[in-house]
Formats: sequence, structure tokens, C-alpha cells
Amino acid sequence: MLWEENMVSSVTRLAAGLAAIAGVASFSAVEPALAQSSVKIGYALSRTGPNAGGAAVTTLPNYEMWVKEVNAAGGLKLGDKRVPIEVVQYDDRSSAEEAAKALDRLITQDKVDFILPPWGTGLNLAVGPILNKAGYPHLASTAVSDRAPELAKRWPNSFWLLGTGAGAANTLVELLVKLRTEGKIGDTVAMVSVADGFGIDLSAAARPALAKANFKLAYDKTYPVGTQDLSPLVNEAKALNPDVFIAFSYPPDTLGLTEQARIAGFNPKIFYTGVGTAFPLYKGKFGANTEGVMGIGGWNGDSPAIKDYLARHKASSANGAEPDRWASSVTYASLQMLQQAIERVGKIDRAAVIKDLQTGTFDTIIGKIKLENNLPTKYWWVGQWQGGEFYGVGPATNEGARTPIVPKPAWKAQ
Amino acid sequence: MSPTQIAALAAGGAGLVVLALLPFYADAYYLSLAISLLQFTVLATAWGLFSGPTRYVSLATTAFFGVGAYTVAVLGEVLAWPLVLLIATAIGALMAMIVGISTLRLSGLHFVIFTFGLAELVRQLVIWYEVNKTRVLGRYVFVDITQNDIYWQLLALAVAVFAIGWLIARSRLGFALRIIGEDETVAKHCGINVTLAKVTLFAISAVFITLVGAIMAPRWTYIEPSIAFNPTISFQVVIMALLGGAHRLWGPAVGAIPLTLLFEFLSARFPSTSTLIIGIVFLLIVYALPQGVTGLWERVSRRKSEPPVAPQVQT
Repeated sequence: MLWEENMVSSVTRLAAGLAAIAGVASFSAVEPALAQSSVKIGYALSRTGPNAGGAAVTTLPNYEMWVKEVNAAGGLKLGDKRVPIEVVQYDDRSSAEEAAKALDRLITQDKVDFILPPWGTGLNLAVGPILNKAGYPHLASTAVSDRAPELAKRWPNSFWLLGTGAGAANTLVELLVKLRTEGKIGDTVAMVSVADGFGIDLSAAARPALAKANFKLAYDKTYPVGTQDLSPLVNEAKALNPDVFIAFSYPPDTLGLTEQARIAGFNPKIFYTGVGTAFPLYKGKFGANTEGVMGIGGWNGDSPAIKDYLARHKASSANGAEPDRWASSVTYASLQMLQQAIERVGKIDRAAVIKDLQTGTFDTIIGKIKLENNLPTKYWWVGQWQGGEFYGVGPATNEGARTPIVPKPAWKAQ
Repeated sequence: MSPTQIAALAAGGAGLVVLALLPFYADAYYLSLAISLLQFTVLATAWGLFSGPTRYVSLATTAFFGVGAYTVAVLGEVLAWPLVLLIATAIGALMAMIVGISTLRLSGLHFVIFTFGLAELVRQLVIWYEVNKTRVLGRYVFVDITQNDIYWQLLALAVAVFAIGWLIARSRLGFALRIIGEDETVAKHCGINVTLAKVTLFAISAVFITLVGAIMAPRWTYIEPSIAFNPTISFQVVIMALLGGAHRLWGPAVGAIPLTLLFEFLSARFPSTSTLIIGIVFLLIVYALPQGVTGLWERVSRRKSEPPVAPQVQT
């Protein structure tokens, strides 16, 4: 009896202690037990650390713009009334452990109604099990993973909207095959890739695809993340005089390789670079020289919805920043999907929202979306700068796909 | 055993039972926080095991932590979990011995720089191997380990690190290390095999750090070098141990617990400026508390109990 009492009191004391700490930590002790007066939406993004750049371009402006727009319209429509969005946000410091902890905090402390995902493949995977266990919809719009179909099966609440690395590489090769059939390019390909997740996945998928299509891979080199001097790669590739230059690169090297190619006067018929080609920064740096450069991503730049999105994004974000032409529009579309699913369900019922996301059809800025096995059926994988806009050119069957400009015009002096 | 010792033991046992039952009454957030607390308690204590008595400041924590995480990433889906942990132990010990034998002759700043470089070296080796041999970077860890399992494993590891630390302090090895810490030349002249003692302890400390990495890995689902070999962990552990005072077995834990809670508090309340504040906290600790909390506490209690004496020469 005595023992039991001791036990209970020590448990309560510990619990009280922890609660005290948490009370200070989150300041969420006082929560009004009123009817739904706001919809709490939480997210943890990388405000600091290596992921901060990507999150600041692709993710944060879209989250902020969407919340602003929804609240300006009176809020999310739940049944017959509109309920404004209240945001709770944290910095995951680009760390998987911090991201996991921040989401646990959002779910159990802040008791948010919905959670928007972090930026990047690694962090989306790190929070996957947490969102799945707590039953929150997980609309991963900045993760490229070859295991996306498997992940969607493992976590039925998760939606992988940016596709697989293999998809990107295969679409590029399909486009090359088509151009070769049209007699616009020859057989020789030079490929460089960054020694990190993105470069390794895509080059690993591209190698067999190129071989199968009887392309001659004359040059195939990887370089470490953060390589400063890219001129040897460009000069060696140039010496082989390839028809096609492919770089599965990250933003700093995308800029570096383009600059080196311009300086060296390296003018292959197809010049393709990786992440960053679709960034507004790329256009800002190379101006008219972007004409004809291909890269990963793209969008239907002729569609009124995209034009309208571009204008709203410029008006909404700080310094009139433009969105990137790849994951930005997908991120915004994922928010539209979430909003439509919530409004169709008409109340905060996460299981029903997940069900609606799995089965419903959504009207978004990137067109009508209906997911199959939690994955979209259409992606933009190859884009090209044409007249100052980065248009989708592959897959050629996509609505609004432009005809690629081949050969790429020669670099001009800047 | 004296009655006070028995009472302390009983209190410790009861505390352990309460901690072991925590997953049954804490929600996901407190469990998450408890995992963080245990993780840093074990890391800082294991760091203090070696760096406390020898006064070698090691920044290699993340190297061993990452190796543990990678062991799980590679073998987690293939082998049984205890076997994976066993292999992580072996790899950690082996790596520590190789590194120890080749570097523990360095001292002071040279050793600090080397250990910092070690983490980067291991990371680059892993990248090189993945890029050129396996052609995948970023591995998925799908194992049947729940958050509760992670918590209990860390708790067991925490008990083990304190038990082993306690035993070492009472062994010939512990005595030898204290002499080495005071003066290595004297230790050599006393006939102590200095290298053997240092390498042994370095390996023991490294094994614990490796195991923490292995146990934590299933929490993230996805491992890539930048996640596994995050240099911040090395610095956090050092600062925690310094705050607590590395010359006592329980010192690093005294630093780890409040700092983990502080980091948590800062990330929750000041999400956009937490990194800045953490940096200021680091500076304050180094300048204001060079001997750590335990050092301060000892100074205060000494001053109370003893009449003032001539100031001791501190090293």
C-alpha cells in the first residue's frame, strides 16, 4: 500500500515535472475549448543549415502565399462557414532529428489540425513514419525518391508528388531518342553527375537507358559536392565534341558548369543541367544566354493558371521573387489539393481528408490531378529556357509541352 | 554497505523503474524529448569517459555516431537486430583502435583538429564507396523498431555507460588514466603503458557513441552521409560535457540534460533565432564556467567546509 502510494506519487511528480518543463517550452497550456474558431496548420522548415536555400525558394513562399490567400478569402470553408488558418512554425535546422522532434511537438503539444511537409527528400522520409502513425496527410512535394511507389504503399497517408529519379532520367533519354530520330542530334553523350543522392540516382538510371537506346556515353564522371573548379570537367567533355551534354548537378554546380561552358565556348546541341536550372536565379545570372538550355523540371508556361500563379507569387513574396519552375508549382498545387480535400470533407477529419486525396480529382494550377496509388500520373521532367521562360518540353505528351529548340544557340558574350 | 548507500541504490532502482515505464504514460512528444535527453546523456557521458581523465578534447563523436547509423542502414534489413548492434560495436571498437593507435600520440590542439578531420574523412570515404561501388546514396532503414524500443535501448545503454564508467574509475585503468591526465611523462616513468590505457578507453567510449548512432538510425527512415555525419553533434556533446564538467562521471549528464531542454525550449519559442542564441550560450559556458557546473559546485562546497587556504595551482 505504502509502496503503491510512493510509486504513484513519484510518477505524478515526474509527470508534473515534465509538464512544467513542457509548459515553459511550448506555452500551450491555455487552449480555449471553443468550437472550431481556426484551423491550426503547422510546419517545420529548414530556416538554417544546408537545406535553407531550397526551402526559401521553393517551399516557404508558397506556404505563406497560400495561407495569406486563404485567410484573405475568409479562411477554409468548413461546412457553411469559413474558418481562418492559424500557423505554427518551427525551424528544423536541416536536421532529420530536429524535424522529427518538431513534428512530434506540432502533433502532441500544439495539436495542429494539419501539417505541411518539410523541404527535401531526406527530411520528408524522416517525418514519414511520424505523420503516418499520427494519421496526418503527408503531401510530399519536394521529394524525389525511386522508392516513391513503395513508400506510398507503406504509408497510405503519404503522397509523392515529384516522382522518381528514374522517371526523370528515362524521360530525358526518350526525348533524346526522339530528337535523334528527327535527325537533330547524333549519338555522342557526355555526362557528369554530382556525388550526392540526386546525381547518383539519376546517373544510375540514365546509364542503362542510354545504353539501351544505343547512345555512345563518351564521358561519364562524378564530382564531389561543393567542387569549386569545374573547368576540367567542361574542358574534357568539350574535347570529345559530344552532341549532348548532361549534368545531373546541384544549384551551385549548375551555375558553375554553365559559366564554364560559356567561357570555354562549349556548344553541344543539347546542354542539360540539373537542379537550379529552373530557378529564377539562373535566368537572373545568364539572361539571354539561357536560351535553349535544358534542365530538370519545367511547367506549362502558356497556361493562364500558371501565368496567374507567377504574377501572384511575385506580388506576394518579398522582393517580388519568382517561383522556381519545377517544385514550386507542384508545392502550390499540393496546397490546393489539401484545401479542396478539407473543404469537400467539410470538417477536421483527417482520415476522410486522406481518403479524399487518394480518390478525388483536384483542380490545380498545374491542371487536373487525380492520383493513382498516391502518385500523380503526369510529371514535367525536362524543361527548356525559351525566350526567358522555362517551358516543359518532356514528356512530349504532356498538355502544353513545347517543341524543344535544338541545337541550342551558341553562347553569346556577356 | 552503509545504510545511505543502500538508500541511494534503492532510490536509483526506483528511478530507473519509473523511467522504464515512461513510454506507457508519456505521449509522443515527451517520448521524443526523453529520447533526445537519453541520447545526449549517453553521448556526453561516453565522451567524458575518455576526455575527462585524459583531457583530450575529441571532436570525433559524429564519426562514430555516423558509423553506427550507417551500420544499421547497410545491415538493418538483412540481419537480426541484436546482431546488427553487435557488428556496430565491433566496427566502432576497431575503428577507435586504429584511430587511437595512430593519433593518441598527438596532444592538445593537434588531436582536436585531427578528430574533427576524422569525421569528414569517414564521411568522404562513405560517399566515395557509395558513389563508386554501390551507386546509391541515401539508404532506407525499414526495420521493426518502434520509438518505445529506441527509448528502452537508450535507457539500457545509459545504465551501461554509468556502470562501466563507475567500474573504470575504480580499476587500475582508471587510476592510470588519472595519472596520465595529470602528467603523461610521470605516468610513463611509473611504468604505465600509456598508449594501451588511452586506446582502451578511447575504444570503450567510441563503442557507446557508435551504439547510440545505431539505435537512433531507425528513427529517421532515411540515412545519407550529411544526416549521419552531422558535425553539430560533436560540438553539442563537447559543450554539454564542458557545462557539466568532464572530470566527474555524472558531470556530462548534468550538462546534457539542461542543455537539451534549453535547445528544445529555444527551438519551440524562438524558431528563427535559436541557432544564434545557442551560439551565445556556447560562448558563455566556455568563458564563465571553464570547470563546469560540478567544478563550480565543488569550489563552493570546498570554500564552505574548509578554512581559506593558499590558492591551488590549477592546470
